[in-house]
Amino acid sequence: MDKSKENELRRTATDIRIGIVDAVYSAQSGHPGGSLSIADIMTYLYFEEMNVDPTNPKAEGRDRFVLSKGHTSPALYSTLANRGYFPVEDLKTFRHLGSYLQGHPDMKGIPGVDMSSGSLGQGLSVACGMALAGKMKGASYRVFAVVGDGEAEEGQIWEAIMFAAHYKLSNLTLIIDQNGLQIDGKTSDVMNTSPLDEKLEAFGWDVTNLENAHDFNEIESVFAARHGVKSDKPYAIIAHSHKGRGVSYMEDQAGWHGKAPNEEQYKQAIAELTAYRESI
Amino acid sequence: MAETIATREAYGKALAEFGAKYENLVVLDADLANATKTDTFKKVFPERHIECGIAEANMMCIAAGLSTCGYIPFASTFAMFASGRAFEQVRNSIGYPHMNVKIGATHAGVTVGEDGASHQCNEDIALMRTIPGMMVIVPSDAVEARAAVEAAIKHTGPVYLRFGRMAVPVINDTPSYKFEAGRGILMADGTDVTIVATGLMVEVSLRARDLLANEGISARVVNIHTIKPLDEEIILDSAKKTGAIVTAEEATVVGGLGGAVSELLSEKLPTPVVKLGINDVFGQSGPAKALLGFYGLTAENVAAKAKAAIALK
Repeated sequence: MDKSKENELRRTATDIRIGIVDAVYSAQSGHPGGSLSIADIMTYLYFEEMNVDPTNPKAEGRDRFVLSKGHTSPALYSTLANRGYFPVEDLKTFRHLGSYLQGHPDMKGIPGVDMSSGSLGQGLSVACGMALAGKMKGASYRVFAVVGDGEAEEGQIWEAIMFAAHYKLSNLTLIIDQNGLQIDGKTSDVMNTSPLDEKLEAFGWDVTNLENAHDFNEIESVFAARHGVKSDKPYAIIAHSHKGRGVSYMEDQAGWHGKAPNEEQYKQAIAELTAYRESI
Repeated sequence: MAETIATREAYGKALAEFGAKYENLVVLDADLANATKTDTFKKVFPERHIECGIAEANMMCIAAGLSTCGYIPFASTFAMFASGRAFEQVRNSIGYPHMNVKIGATHAGVTVGEDGASHQCNEDIALMRTIPGMMVIVPSDAVEARAAVEAAIKHTGPVYLRFGRMAVPVINDTPSYKFEAGRGILMADGTDVTIVATGLMVEVSLRARDLLANEGISARVVNIHTIKPLDEEIILDSAKKTGAIVTAEEATVVGGLGGAVSELLSEKLPTPVVKLGINDVFGQSGPAKALLGFYGLTAENVAAKAKAAIALK
């Protein structure tokens, strides 16, 4: 990836992070930690990888996206807003009474949201249904799903993982956001889901580790590695990330899973992100 | 004696029939195609039958995903697993986004028979009708089951269809029969009491009406095949004309048809209502017909409840 493209993606990702912080601060509620951990992947998906058109959000041939870890809706909303699906300014209505930007993704009211989610463990199954539909129709679209490493504690995730391998859903890409933290602490302490890569391989998936989910060169390589590959297996990316990435006091802190910053913290977060953006 | 056919049989046949007309109709199963009778569809359209294995929660969400891509999925399993095990998937991934998914739930109620309480779902009507936008249909016989499948296909949005394992008499094979989702059917008129029934209890109620007639009591029988949306008009009209109501269902008296009718009448036209159903207990093993007798789902008991309702006037 050339430097100018990388810098452009870094700037976009920072804008998305600013939108996440704005949304959660405005709502005084929401989940900043896991939103910030997937901001770079969301940026790459919507600005590089996926075939989508903000002016035609329901285009039949579009690639589909399911945010199975639906509580990180600020990341999805900020990405969609920055991509042009709806005004960035609307992010400040997040979780407000009457706003279309519901606490968890609502496909009925939000342009670009392909599936309502929020109750953990269900989105990957829905993504499997979309991918199976594509296979049955002989359509060329692909389906992407983001699941949390804590979410992988839900049994239904493994039902879906079995299903995808059984039906050879090679048009499905699962991204597991392995930030290692969940509400009650470290995932390894709460209910260990590791090693996710070995488990997925045993379930019959093609698996790759994305060692640094905040490096666009690495992100590009794991997606590019799939292009043109003839496989009858679904594809999983274990994305090693940092919860709260981009806001110093939130980084790697389970306490920032579902908490909004106060005014002082908000100002600091915006100052940090703005300074970072200017340094790019 | 009328021909007897299980509504699950009619369900499987209807899927195979309408599968030819609707090329986007797909059927999902959780290792029960032989029992839900969707194997009838599978034989004709194997490429549109999706076996999900014993994973009902996953199946409901697979159906949701398929529906977003233009398919009309019928997700089939026993009522216990469709409405019970997968309740939250149905609520959040089908109901909340108002997906065009049809849930074909078979083996509802105590007429599952020998399998016993673990498989006898009496709660599904109550559970499913709490979900906003969910249509809930309980066909009374094979003719109505076929019509309900067609209506579900034509309706855009989630539908819960409740079918039974036991063969039941065909009562709707008349030239004038017309199924309209959300519209109750006046099966027989009467002036002293109205029996509002659903599913196999419609036929039982018609027999109860004969018993009551022998005692000089005139009973109206209304078939509420669609529990949600409820046909308020026919129930209010019946309450007004007869002044007493009995509800009859092969399901718990908590929150099902009896609940729906009571909720309506208590607010719009307070009228005595006596609810007949499974009286807030679990079922047990036994032959289906014996279980209907044990739990009082009989013409004699419907007639007794009708008299009790009249006494409350």
